[in-house]
Amino acid sequence: MIESHATTEGIHGHPALQHHFENMEQQREAGTIGMWVFLVTEIMFFGGMFLAYALYRSYYPASFASASNHLDITLGAVNTAVLIVSSFTMALAVYFTQVGKQRPQVICLALTLVLGLTFLGIKAVEYHDKYTDHLIPGRLIPSAPFGPAVQEEGQPLDHHKVHLLPGATLPQVEMFYWIYFAMTGMHALHMIIGAGLLTFLLIYSIKGRFDPEYHSPVEIVGLYWHFVDIVWIFLFPLLYLLGRHFEHG
Amino acid sequence: MQPIESFEVPVPPKVNYINAKYGLKSWLLTKDHKRIALLYLGSITFFFFIGGLYALMIRLELLTPQGDLMESTTYNKVFTQHGIIMIFFFLIPSIPATLGNFLIPMMIGAKDLAFPRINLLSWYVYLIGGIITIYALLAGGVDTGWTFYTPFSTTFSNSYVVATGLGIFINGFSSILTGLNFIVTIHTMRAPGMTWFRMPLFLWSHYATSLIMILGTPVVAITILLLAFERVSGVGIFNPALGGDPVLFQHLFWFYSHPAVYIMVLPSMGVVSELVANFSRKNIFGYSFVAFSSLAIAVFGFLVWGHHLFVASQSVYAGMIFSFLSFAVAIPSAIKVFNWTATLYKSSISYDTPMLYALGFIGLFTIGGMTGLFLASLAVDVHVSDTYFVVAHFHYIMVGGAMMGYLGGLHYWWPKISGRMYPEGWGRFSALVIFVGFNLTFLPQFVAGYLGMPRRYHAYPPEFQVFNVLSTAGASILGFGMLIPAIYFVWSMRYGRHAGSNPWNLPGLEWRTQSPPPTENFEVTPIVTWEAYEFAPPEETEVVGKFGPEPERI
Amino acid sequence: MQSWIPLIPESASSFSWKVDALYFYLVGVTLFFALLIYIGLIFFTVRYRRRTPYEIPRPIAGSHKLETIWTIIPFVIAMTMFGWGARVYFEQYKPPENAIEIYVVGKQWMWKLQHATGQREINELHVPVGRKVRLIMTSEDVIHDFFVPAFRTKADVVPGRYTTMWFEATKPGKYHLFCAEYCGMNHSGMIGSVYVMEPRDFDNWLAGNTGSSTPAAAGQQLYQTLGCVSCHGANGEGGRGPTLAGLFGRATPLEGGQTINADEAYIRESILNPGVKIVAGFTPIMPTFQGQVTEDQLVQLIAFIKSLPGGTGAPGAAPDASPAASAPLPSPRTASSPSGSPTENVR
Repeated sequence: MIESHATTEGIHGHPALQHHFENMEQQREAGTIGMWVFLVTEIMFFGGMFLAYALYRSYYPASFASASNHLDITLGAVNTAVLIVSSFTMALAVYFTQVGKQRPQVICLALTLVLGLTFLGIKAVEYHDKYTDHLIPGRLIPSAPFGPAVQEEGQPLDHHKVHLLPGATLPQVEMFYWIYFAMTGMHALHMIIGAGLLTFLLIYSIKGRFDPEYHSPVEIVGLYWHFVDIVWIFLFPLLYLLGRHFEHG
Repeated sequence: MQPIESFEVPVPPKVNYINAKYGLKSWLLTKDHKRIALLYLGSITFFFFIGGLYALMIRLELLTPQGDLMESTTYNKVFTQHGIIMIFFFLIPSIPATLGNFLIPMMIGAKDLAFPRINLLSWYVYLIGGIITIYALLAGGVDTGWTFYTPFSTTFSNSYVVATGLGIFINGFSSILTGLNFIVTIHTMRAPGMTWFRMPLFLWSHYATSLIMILGTPVVAITILLLAFERVSGVGIFNPALGGDPVLFQHLFWFYSHPAVYIMVLPSMGVVSELVANFSRKNIFGYSFVAFSSLAIAVFGFLVWGHHLFVASQSVYAGMIFSFLSFAVAIPSAIKVFNWTATLYKSSISYDTPMLYALGFIGLFTIGGMTGLFLASLAVDVHVSDTYFVVAHFHYIMVGGAMMGYLGGLHYWWPKISGRMYPEGWGRFSALVIFVGFNLTFLPQFVAGYLGMPRRYHAYPPEFQVFNVLSTAGASILGFGMLIPAIYFVWSMRYGRHAGSNPWNLPGLEWRTQSPPPTENFEVTPIVTWEAYEFAPPEETEVVGKFGPEPERI
Repeated sequence: MQSWIPLIPESASSFSWKVDALYFYLVGVTLFFALLIYIGLIFFTVRYRRRTPYEIPRPIAGSHKLETIWTIIPFVIAMTMFGWGARVYFEQYKPPENAIEIYVVGKQWMWKLQHATGQREINELHVPVGRKVRLIMTSEDVIHDFFVPAFRTKADVVPGRYTTMWFEATKPGKYHLFCAEYCGMNHSGMIGSVYVMEPRDFDNWLAGNTGSSTPAAAGQQLYQTLGCVSCHGANGEGGRGPTLAGLFGRATPLEGGQTINADEAYIRESILNPGVKIVAGFTPIMPTFQGQVTEDQLVQLIAFIKSLPGGTGAPGAAPDASPAASAPLPSPRTASSPSGSPTENVR
């Protein structure tokens, strides 16, 4: 009933093969499935917030539209473009690793990292704008509690003031910003983790650790990066775009 | 065929995973799934005794109706902490993190889990979550109930809600990582010949459990995170005073916490499938039905959370849908019970301790499951929800179900884990004591609940006293019964009889290697040519590698 | 002191026997299946105990026929439980006609109740036997739950929204009232008694307790002092604000084309967040009264609006104090326990 299983022993002596795997193929498969499972987890994690968003948007449509209109759509759009390009360079990095071209691989990883950091920088600018407009919800920052100025009818237009559509109230605008900061903050945290992972990849890549047989770390981080990108693709329209027609016709 | 070890006086293997390396560091930095399982075993036992201590305090307080043993604030903390410790730090990790961790690689013929480092990380994450929670308990405790209902938890409670929430949040990642590791391992690490339908049912139930862990846990993680931020910052999506919806919290919370019940009981069902088959030496009746019923429970389990909200201002129609689905989820459980019973037909049943636990499980789970139907049934639930009927019901599932399975599994695999046998006589005695004590504790609570005794009451009308006295008497017996295994397991580690590689004479892969196993489990990767539960005479159940005979055919 | 241990609580409402009947059915099914399993287990473990150490019984793969049987039979039985339970549940939440309305406000850790005739009670509730009683409930702080075991009914009392429950007491006596949703320190002290009285005794009790004004009258008082009069008219006939007379329970068109049923939740919301749902043809000029009115006062204002005669506000009509005549029947959708869909309640 028992046969000794010697087929794979001693054949694959790749230095990156961990002792408990039979071969590189099994190791790569485990890593990839592991990342997919992890991403499922992530979807559920963001899912809770998307549910909260959907619920309160349907409760308070006018307030959510008013608050959404106050977001800086230009910065948001630029950031969307930055992320999409970074996903492209990440995909290229995976490709160059698979075919074993080290130089373009290093360049693409570096580009991805730079684009990721650019996104975070723009996000920081946006957050700062919200801070100066007193839009950080609650007492999250004790010295600057929530309390934006409200645009009155007939006053000169001031983009630091929140324009409340009919039916909108400030507490509900605060709710929007609470969800906005929870979702984009969680997304930014994922970006920071992604940037950290990319830094490691870059170092290993410069050292020439990856080859066509061992490229799964790049592939796996790539999966993660695309996921974080896709989350933003959902966040941008939901937070920035939906409800603009109330204001802009 | 030559005779194998079990006919001889067992000789302990010279090198095994326990003595392969020495020193604290070799344990704290181990990547061996078996050692990590033992780390988990130690830590969950620690938490179990803390939780048990709280249970004892609850039962002592409720001995008299006046609530004279402790202040109501203390009592509120005690039952809250009993729930939090027992659920998040004992029951959820209990079987998966110990028995699952130890056995999944062995049962599929792998050297380790797919991600040994993540496995170790999950234990540390568990530990950090546990330490933060213990800190919260020592600093002053938490009094929200383990359910953390808003707006009480966000606005009105003056206890350590944020610290406890943080502990649970962190602990959740341990659960996610364990689930992820199991899924990937079962997908990619099976030995040649170990097809999906040759897997022991223990693995199917752990696969289903892992699905719940990875799908449900993140939702409760984000929910608790939002709750904690809400408490700190004074904004709130759960706070009605700020325009939030307190019932949203209940939806999100139960979306995880109802499936979490299946995290606790599914692995136990897997253990019981093993025990029933192996101790009656009979393949499981309707293997594929039992296997798929685990997956069905995992999937349906996500669709029934609303039955916790029948009286919580949910709409009538939502209530009806959730009631319907809750009845539907009962069916796979019923299928399991019928199949286990049918397995015994024309079998060869031994009365060893693990089998006693398995029979106890089936008996108690039948009651627990059937009383679940009372709660799924809308009109009766309106009357009994938030009463002791509910308390009795879920203890029948969690203690009568999950705990019985855990203890049964621990006895069954103890020879493999430690290399030594536990004392059989004491084992049977304690199994009976636990069974009797358990029933005496929780049967009266069904009656008290239907009579209307609300749960989480520190003092209660005197007419309920008789039930509480019975409960407390039962709990003392139960507690005593739990101490016996704790003592003899420790005793047996040094003085128990050597078990040999296959003391029960069984065909599973975990029994085809030495006890305790070597660090890499098998000398060579096994090739599986037999079905699950294909029982054979002892001389045909061979040990993999140098302990067994050389293969005759290639 | 009774010498035997009861297994079911006292039955004192029209639901009691219905719930008990279902309960006994469930107990019966449970006992049947538990015994079936237990007898099977015991019989098999004795009959097929291991006789020789290494015996190997003949494997049996399974039986699709048996699996089908024990999938379908439990399912059918479960569906009878579901149907039965759902029917009684639906009845419990279908709002009764001509019910006495009682307002309930829960707070840590007491129940405040007020009859439509003005009597206030704390942790006690007096109701007549044989009359339908509808409770309109809300909370000032955390979630509570109004539970009367003898009536076999309970409902959460949720801050920020109104929930309702109803019962018809059938047996005079004194029964437990519990808070069944954990609400903090003195949760177990948030208890009280429901006194079910013969109608004549109840009338006597009402007559002997005419302390405060009726909720509707108090609401009218508030209506004056808060200045609602200036826009909604002295008798709710409308003006710059929409007409209130006859508003309650009526489908009201909103700005933006939607229609809403004007129930308690809507009126409450319109007082606290007036800008959210504006009646068609009006502008959002009403200030919010958030923080200026308590839950008790909100309930009184609603009672006043309910009491306004329908149509063109008959001037000078004192708010009607007769409990039976007050509320027009709300549609089943809004009154179904916690009224309608959750989205309708909190905005």
